[in-house]
Amino acid sequence: MNAPQRLFAFPGGLRLPEHKDAATRAPSRACPLPPRLVLPLSQHAGQAARPEVAPGERVVRGQRIARAEGLGAHLHAPAAGVVVAIEDHPVPHASGLPAPCIVIDVDPAAGEAALLPALPDWPAIEPAALRARIEDAGIVGLGGAAFPTAGKLGRPIDLLVLNGAECEPWIACDEMLLRERAPAVRDGGRILARIVGASRIVLAIEDRMHGALAAAREALAGADDIAVVAVPTIYPEGGERQLIRVLTGAEVPSGGLPADLGVLCHNVGTAAAVADAVLRGLPLVERYVSVTGAGVADPVTLRAAIGTPIEWLVAQAGGYRADAERLVMGGPMMGRALPTDAVPLVKAANCVLVLTAAELRDDAPELPCIRCGECVRVCPARLLPQQLHWHLRAGDFDEVEAHALRDCIECGLCAHVCPSHIPLVEWYRWGKTELRVRAEDRRRSDLARERFEARKARLEREDAERAARLAARRASAPAATAGDADDPVAAALARAEAKKRGAATEDADGA
Amino acid sequence: MAREFRLGGAPHLPAATSVRTVMGKVLLALLPGVALSTAWHGPGVLLQAALACAFALLLEAAMLRLRGRPLRPFLGDLSAPLTAVLFALCLPPWAPWWIAAVGMVAAIVFAKHLYGGLGYNLFNPAMVGYALVLVAFTRELSGWPPLDAPIPPGALLDGVFGGGVPWDAMAQATPLDTLRDQLGQGRTVAEAQAGDDGRSAWLALAWTLGGLWLLQQRVIHWHVPVGVLAGVLAVALPLWLYDTGRHASPWFHLTHGALALGAFFIATDPVSGAATPRGRLLFGAGVGAMTVLVRTFGAYPDGVAFGVLLMNACAPLLDRWLKPRPFGHAR
Repeated sequence: MNAPQRLFAFPGGLRLPEHKDAATRAPSRACPLPPRLVLPLSQHAGQAARPEVAPGERVVRGQRIARAEGLGAHLHAPAAGVVVAIEDHPVPHASGLPAPCIVIDVDPAAGEAALLPALPDWPAIEPAALRARIEDAGIVGLGGAAFPTAGKLGRPIDLLVLNGAECEPWIACDEMLLRERAPAVRDGGRILARIVGASRIVLAIEDRMHGALAAAREALAGADDIAVVAVPTIYPEGGERQLIRVLTGAEVPSGGLPADLGVLCHNVGTAAAVADAVLRGLPLVERYVSVTGAGVADPVTLRAAIGTPIEWLVAQAGGYRADAERLVMGGPMMGRALPTDAVPLVKAANCVLVLTAAELRDDAPELPCIRCGECVRVCPARLLPQQLHWHLRAGDFDEVEAHALRDCIECGLCAHVCPSHIPLVEWYRWGKTELRVRAEDRRRSDLARERFEARKARLEREDAERAARLAARRASAPAATAGDADDPVAAALARAEAKKRGAATEDADGA
Repeated sequence: MAREFRLGGAPHLPAATSVRTVMGKVLLALLPGVALSTAWHGPGVLLQAALACAFALLLEAAMLRLRGRPLRPFLGDLSAPLTAVLFALCLPPWAPWWIAAVGMVAAIVFAKHLYGGLGYNLFNPAMVGYALVLVAFTRELSGWPPLDAPIPPGALLDGVFGGGVPWDAMAQATPLDTLRDQLGQGRTVAEAQAGDDGRSAWLALAWTLGGLWLLQQRVIHWHVPVGVLAGVLAVALPLWLYDTGRHASPWFHLTHGALALGAFFIATDPVSGAATPRGRLLFGAGVGAMTVLVRTFGAYPDGVAFGVLLMNACAPLLDRWLKPRPFGHAR
């Protein structure tokens, strides 16, 4: 198992300036609790959680305050205090719309923490029970996608990858986590491996993350169940599909999951949260987050409670510099610009990035594509970004689909290298939405057509049946006549009798 | 106090490059070759480039105005001067001024703006311009001044602006012309190349140096130059092996005429070329093969322009056929 790992290259990619020093210069700091925490009910992929507390109710640290519905994750109070409201509040979400949140006024005196029972003897515990614990602790993927972790633990797995390849510039929360809590990552990895039955565990760390590598190797000295692998620093290596390709040489099928290859990939932060949930009984109520960028005075990596306002986090990093221009949740390549800092830290937020004008795209006008092909060279999905752009502009969605737009991971490299400054990623996001709308339209029209055709078929069938019945009756009527032909008098009597009966019925109806 | 911020789409990083930078680097990479060419052929080389640039920018501005496009971003993108310089490098240094004018009308007005301007032209504008003047004014384009007797500045100006160059008296045949004429008269390649001092290999080397720098700068990709090399070898090598007396060697083809310039600077034009990696390889191979075929069997001493234009027409088809397999799709 400790044989040197053979590494493979993924298509495209680019070395970007790293800027990691800013948030790794000093050890991480515990962020003081803000006066008020705002906890969105939907911080994960899937459905929003349902509140289990009411305004005015006291809560303590670790208490469950909202319950997962369907695919989703529970939500826990990060600190003791009083629920003051359950209301719409601005959240760092793509829609930019306010969403329901539980608002807690923090009061450390409100009560002792109520943690789950610790499970130090986890190696003896059934995988199903461990998986239930991960669910109970409200753990979601902390690498950015926030997919409920327990939901990824249902299929048999051969290789578990712990993703410490933090490839976006500036972000350094995984680096700091590994430096300071490598044993927790290790334990979480072992617990996850037990749940899915993985026979191999690889902890992948970019080769420029020296401190993280050293700490991971130290935590695993003498252990042979987890291989620490230094992978080349190239963006977007931390993408699940790219990292799996680097480690195994295999490509996760388009539209499929790593589990199709017997591989499971979890962020190192997720692994540490799993260890906390199992070994300490601590639900997911805090996380490492880098507050960095040239727009903050004193970049730092914090251990902060979920629900802490971004404004409060930036204050811990010395506040904004005068030339702060853009606030981003996430990294500079895939992060989302926020219109205000009055939004809370959510489970998936790995970085609060404040950029100055000098680090932003300038407002140079967009020129036509000159087909230089740089985007083709850097695309990690081996797509033809310039052709996609061309077909999207033309509104030719059949070609857009043929050029595999849905395989785009929106890493942003094509737009970054484009000499014509075309906002390609925005085109692709729009295009994916259009494709979804078209698929939905198609589904609906297919349904309508099926209904129409089913109805038509039913009417035709009924007509045919009626015609068949008539035909059968006509066929039997002359037969009856023929049968009575030898006695015309009897037949005439019978007809008269029937006529009289019919008239009587009509009279009865009329009365 | 909550603070508001301006929004913007990801990625947020400054763009890695610009059209102006790309075109500027290509112009810069031409310098070694331009310098050597000027040293051999005199200031006429620079004069032709300046003339073509002036016409190109004038026509570009006029067309942008006519089409209602903003002048500043498009005049500053350096694409018109690049077209002009590439075109001018194909002209004899004493060509009359109206050659550049006619060539630039064909290149900038017809090949570029009537197809939609920057990024939309199907054909390489410089080669459209060159092919047109080559076909229309064969006499003016065929005579090159002797290498070792640079034209005096007065005669040069008289020739360019006054039409007073005694073409037939002073002109010297290029090695490609010589080869064609001599072979036509039944001589062997060795006899035809007897007077060739191999100097043009140095010019090819100068273009190659610039091209390698462009590769290092990631302005061009390796596929096209490698494709050209493969295309030349694929046609020239069998011919040469079949009859070394009747056919020039692949080395001769590679080091003469516009092949090196074409492989690194003309066939690599992104707009009119293929955009897929395999498409670019095939595009280059087509240019290389066509060039040797025209030189060997065609009516013109050189064939780079025709090779490029023919492959321009094939580029969309190549891209369609040779689309790479997206990540995660079945092989």
